[in-house]
Formats: sequence, structure tokens, C-alpha cells
Amino acid sequence: MAGYTIRRVLWVIPVLWAVATITFFAMHAVPGGPFTSDKALPPAVNEALNRRYHLDQPLWKQYGLYLWDAGHGDLGLSFQGDRDVSTLLRDGFFVTAQLGVMGLVAAVVVGLTLGTLSALNQNGPLDYIGVVFATIGAAVPNFIMGAFLVVIFSVNLHWLDSLGWGGPTQFKDVLDPAAYEWRKLIIPVVAVSVLPAAFIARVTRASVLEVLHQDYIRTARAKGVTEMRVVLRHTMKNALIPVLTIIGPVAAALVTGSFIIETMFNIPGVGRAFVTAVERRDYAMIMGSVLFYTVIVTFANLLVDIAYAVVDPRIRYR
Amino acid sequence: MATSGAQSAAAQPAVVEPEVVLGRQRGLWWDAWRRLIKNRLAMFGLIAICVIAFVAFLGPHLGVLGRYGPNDQNYDPAVKQLGPTANHWLGTDQLGRDMWARTLEGLRISLQIGLGTQVLVLALGLLVGAGAALGGKLTDNLLMRVTDVMYAFPDLIFIILMRSILTGRDIPVLTNQKILIIVAIGMIQWTTIARLVRGQMLSLGERDFVLAAQALGAPRWRIVVQHMLPNTLGPVIVAITFGIPVAIFAEAALSFIGFGVPPPAASLGTLVSIGYTTIQRNVWNVIPPAAAVALLMLCFTFLGDGLRDALDPRTR
Repeated sequence: MAGYTIRRVLWVIPVLWAVATITFFAMHAVPGGPFTSDKALPPAVNEALNRRYHLDQPLWKQYGLYLWDAGHGDLGLSFQGDRDVSTLLRDGFFVTAQLGVMGLVAAVVVGLTLGTLSALNQNGPLDYIGVVFATIGAAVPNFIMGAFLVVIFSVNLHWLDSLGWGGPTQFKDVLDPAAYEWRKLIIPVVAVSVLPAAFIARVTRASVLEVLHQDYIRTARAKGVTEMRVVLRHTMKNALIPVLTIIGPVAAALVTGSFIIETMFNIPGVGRAFVTAVERRDYAMIMGSVLFYTVIVTFANLLVDIAYAVVDPRIRYR
Repeated sequence: MATSGAQSAAAQPAVVEPEVVLGRQRGLWWDAWRRLIKNRLAMFGLIAICVIAFVAFLGPHLGVLGRYGPNDQNYDPAVKQLGPTANHWLGTDQLGRDMWARTLEGLRISLQIGLGTQVLVLALGLLVGAGAALGGKLTDNLLMRVTDVMYAFPDLIFIILMRSILTGRDIPVLTNQKILIIVAIGMIQWTTIARLVRGQMLSLGERDFVLAAQALGAPRWRIVVQHMLPNTLGPVIVAITFGIPVAIFAEAALSFIGFGVPPPAASLGTLVSIGYTTIQRNVWNVIPPAAAVALLMLCFTFLGDGLRDALDPRTR
């Protein structure tokens, strides 16, 4: 098991290198540069700018320099405001992570509850509601969901706000209730959590149904264990295993998918920073955010593989 | 039918045998089709997709459905930012353009991109997957590591990068913005099919009927084309069907944040994004395209679910 885990973790390094390489050359293959604008800059300014960001060097040298620095934890300077990409990413991730955590908590709570109720009430009205939610939630994109939520709760009912970030932007404010504006938070959080909630509900329903048909559940009931205890102790404990294995990719999908929602609601997270960086050809920032997202996706996939290897020993020896 | 079969079985047991065999000979595809048409949601999806495609592609040529073009502006200020009226069924936008005509164009773009992407995905996926499964160990390793790297790339971000690289170059076919988006999406989506085909082919290679064909001296290409490919087809069809809504989502999401099919083409994502800027005044510029995206994705998901149940009853 340890050998398998180490092999899988080490594999992350070449993947990151490959992604960095593809992104680096892809980015530089785009015609034009970051300082190409309608208003031509004086040649001296242009030259100074290029020297500052190493853009005067040949491409392979820039590439080598970037890899060397990135390997030492230095992701370079953003062209916008000359700030450290690592600092910008950290600030952005603080917001993205909050959105992600809130979305994930909402998704897990709603998904588990609906999925379990569906399974316990198989083919009944609750099951019907659960399955309809799981189907629609899985098929409707998050920004479409966001648009509908804004139409209903912001435009028509005036209950909620639909622009800006309602959470704290600095770490020291996390525990301060005054830093949270719920009117602003609810729509984005719901919009990012519907798809994962639907997915979790679907998996939970199938898993609970499978466990409910096991012999040991019948034995428990035959012994006269109360229904409450059968559900909580005997069923849920076993039914949660498949659900746990999907939490990783669900969290990754939530974080990488949230950049549409961040752009839509003008939330200052990594996603919005990436979109702005692409628009402005901010090389270091693009590289930084692509690597950031790749790390998240790769580790989520890694967690799943390891989780599966724990459950199914055959996988370790492939 | 069933009763007569049972009766004849009771009277003459010997006759039953060929009838049962004949029943089996209808084959996998016929059985799958019968299971599919019994699935009400899947049939709803299939019929709705056909109706949507019919209206979207032929609507503009059918009298009252196509009174306005998607980019016809109406300069009368009274006809701007309308809700649904008798003339403009889904209202008009800030330039007095008919939302019905624009939503139809959006549906056309979504369908073209959803289906077009799958052609590319199928070609790349089959090629890489079959190459990995049938080639030597080195080819397999190489192709699968490439697949792994592509798999680690966040999809939408890769598409945005590909799109910016391919834009503004004089590559012949890619000057068409829709084909450019199809290529950008297809270049990341093929990994699913490649992994699927490789897995299927590796497991099929050890099945008795393939071993039997090998023992009989069938040439390798014949085993691949006649015995292995048809048997990988079921899961591939399911994956392709599920790939359509993913591609539709990718295009709509990218157009929504301005990285998709550029205006004046009225992609559904672009329509939602334009409408969203004036949502506080007029929700009717957002609702039709948003509902169209949702409906289209739901229909393809229903169809995909139905196909999965029909083609592989075990995974239900």
C-alpha cells in the first residue's frame, strides 16, 4: 500500500512539469505580447518592461528560468501591479476556498439527506423529489442555475443581492460574524453547490439502496433493532464508503468550475483572476493559476485512486 | 405470443427449443433498442432533441417561425427590451433583435458544437485507445501518459488556452469560429473515450471468442475490426452521448465569460451573458437562452441515461 501511494504521489511531479511546459509554450505561441496595446509605448519603456519580466531573453531561457523559480516556490511577478503571483494566488484562493468549502458543506448536507430519504422511501413521493432534483441538478450548468436564482430571488423577490463577495477577504476576519453578508453569499454558494449536491444525492441513493438489500440488514431487523438504529448504525456507516470516495473529485470540480460563477458575480477569487489574466496576457499569472488548478485536480484524482486501492486491493498491483 | 409459446411448450417440448434460439438471434442491438423505447424519459429526450433540431435548423425557413433574423435590428425605441408579445414571442433585446430568432440561432450553434465535438472526440479517442491497447508496451505507456497529463488539465482552462492559441492565425479550416471551438473542446474531451476503448479492448483480447478467432488463424486486423470494435461500441456510444451535453456546457460557459464563439453569433452563452447585464430591468433576455441550455442538456442526459441502461443492463 505504501509503495503504491508513493508511486502515485511521485507521478504528480512529471504531470505538473508536463502541464507547466504545455501551458508555457501554448501561452507564448499566442500572437502579440502583454504590452502590445493600441497606444504604442515609447521604445525605452517597452525595453525596460521586457527586461524587468525577462521577456527580452530567448524563449527557452525564459522557460528554464521559470521552471527553476517555480521549483523553488517563486511563481514570478504579475504584470498587473507588479505583485507576486504567489501573493495574488493566496489572496484569491482564500476567497475561492471559502466559496468551495461553503458550497461543499451545502452539497454534502443536501446530497446526503436527499439521497438517503430517496432510498428509504424508494418509489415514494420523497424518492420522486430526490430523483428529479438529482437529474435536473446534474444537467443544468451552474451559471444557468445562478441566472435563474438571480431572476427569482434578486430581481423579483428582492430577498438577495447578486453582485460582489459577501465573505471576509482577510484571514483575520474569518471568525468575525460581521464580515459575512449573507444576502450576497447565498446565490453564489447555492449556484456552485447544486451540481455536486445532485451528484452526491445520486450516489448516496444507489449506495443506501444496495446496503438495504444486504443480509445483515435483514438480520438486524429480525433481531428487533429499531428502524432508526438500522438506518444510522447499520446502513449509513456502510453506505457512506462510496460517497466518501467521490468527495475528492466533487470538491475539485467545485473549485475548478467556480471560475464561471466568480466571473458572473464579480467574486475576487482565483477563477476571476485567471480570466482577467488571460484577457490581459498576464503570463506569470496564467501559469500560476493553471498550475494551481492542476494541483487541485491531480490531488483529487490521487485521493480517489488511493481510496479505491484501500477498498479494492487488486488495484495496487497493476 | 407468450401464451402460445407456453402452450406449445406444454404440448410438444421439442418444438420450443428453436423458438427460444430464434428469440435470442434478434441480437444485442435489437434488444437494446427495445429497452430504449420502453424508457419514457429517454424517449422524451430523443423526441425533444429531434423537435428542437427541426425547429432550430428549419424554423428560419418556415413562415411564421422565421419572421425575424437573429441579427435584424429594430430601430423603433418602443420595440426594445420587450417581454413576450404577439410579434416577438420571447421579447426583444437592447437593440430590438427578436429573442426567438436569436435563441434558435443559439440552439443551432449548441447542437453543431455538441455533435461536431463528438466526431473529433470519437476519432481521436478510438485512435489513441486502440493504439494503446493493440500497440506494444512502449506505445501503450507513451499514449497513456499523454492521456494522464491531458486528464490532469482542468478542462475549461485548457479550452481557453487552446482557443487563444488558435485564434487569429491563418490555419484554413480554423478561421471558422465554430470549428475552432469544436477543435479546442475536442482536444481535451477525447481522453475519456481513449481510456474506455483501451480498457474494453484489453479485456476483450482475453475473451474466449477472440482467442478462438486467433486459434482459427484470423488475421489481426480482422479480429480487431470484426470482433473487437463492435463489442466496444456500446459503452462508446453511451460515452459519446454524455459527451454532447458536456461540450454544449463548455461552449455556453466559455461564451458566457467571453471566451467562446464571438458575437455577432448568438451563442446561448453569449445571449445569457448579454441578458445578464440588463437583468434588473428585463429578465426576458436571460430566461429564453438559459432555459434553452438547460432543456438541451437535460434531453441529452435523459437519452444518455436511457442508452446506458439499454446497452448495459448490469450498470443500472
